[in-house]
Amino acid sequence: MNRYETVFILTPVLSEAQTKEAAGKFEKILKDGKAKIINSEFWGMRKLAYPIQKKSTGFYQLVEFEASGDVIEKLEVAFRRDERILRFLTVKLDKHAIAYAEKRVKLRAEKA
Amino acid sequence: MAEKQSEIRYLTPINIEIKKDKYCRFQKSGIKYIDFKDPDFLLKFVNEQGKILPRRVTGTSLKFQRKVTQAVKRARHLALMPYVGDMLK
Repeated sequence: MNRYETVFILTPVLSEAQTKEAAGKFEKILKDGKAKIINSEFWGMRKLAYPIQKKSTGFYQLVEFEASGDVIEKLEVAFRRDERILRFLTVKLDKHAIAYAEKRVKLRAEKA
Repeated sequence: MAEKQSEIRYLTPINIEIKKDKYCRFQKSGIKYIDFKDPDFLLKFVNEQGKILPRRVTGTSLKFQRKVTQAVKRARHLALMPYVGDMLK
């Protein structure tokens, strides 16, 4: 079971409910693959540094989870199929990254 | 012969440039992981056009320069940072 984090950008034309539903859809895929979701953050609407598919803003969503390797394949196929997703990036976390992620979650909890 | 040598007077005193020894800020401050998700920190390692600064300018060690490069490229992929931009002048 490795530790991953994935960040994906949703197209801005979606309503609030649709973004929640899209994010939920991917978390469901992870749950089906017996992954344990550790932390998921919704960064909301952010301005993109450069236009993607002629759009200059997007909804960012971060999901940190623990899963076995084959779940990632299914997750990424789902990302590619869904046209609401502008871009996604899945990264495997090493021990330094895991320590950093936990510290970051504590930091955000205190700040919030 | 000797006096002629000492005769030479410089118009402007030659300033010997004080050699500020560069250090790797990650080893010094104990940072172990460079996160690609916070672009403000990564902007310190990128020049005005958005290009990654070389090691001889920033003085970072090879190990952390690679981590910085990987983080910047991931941030660019996620449009957190521009590939080419005229950001903070």
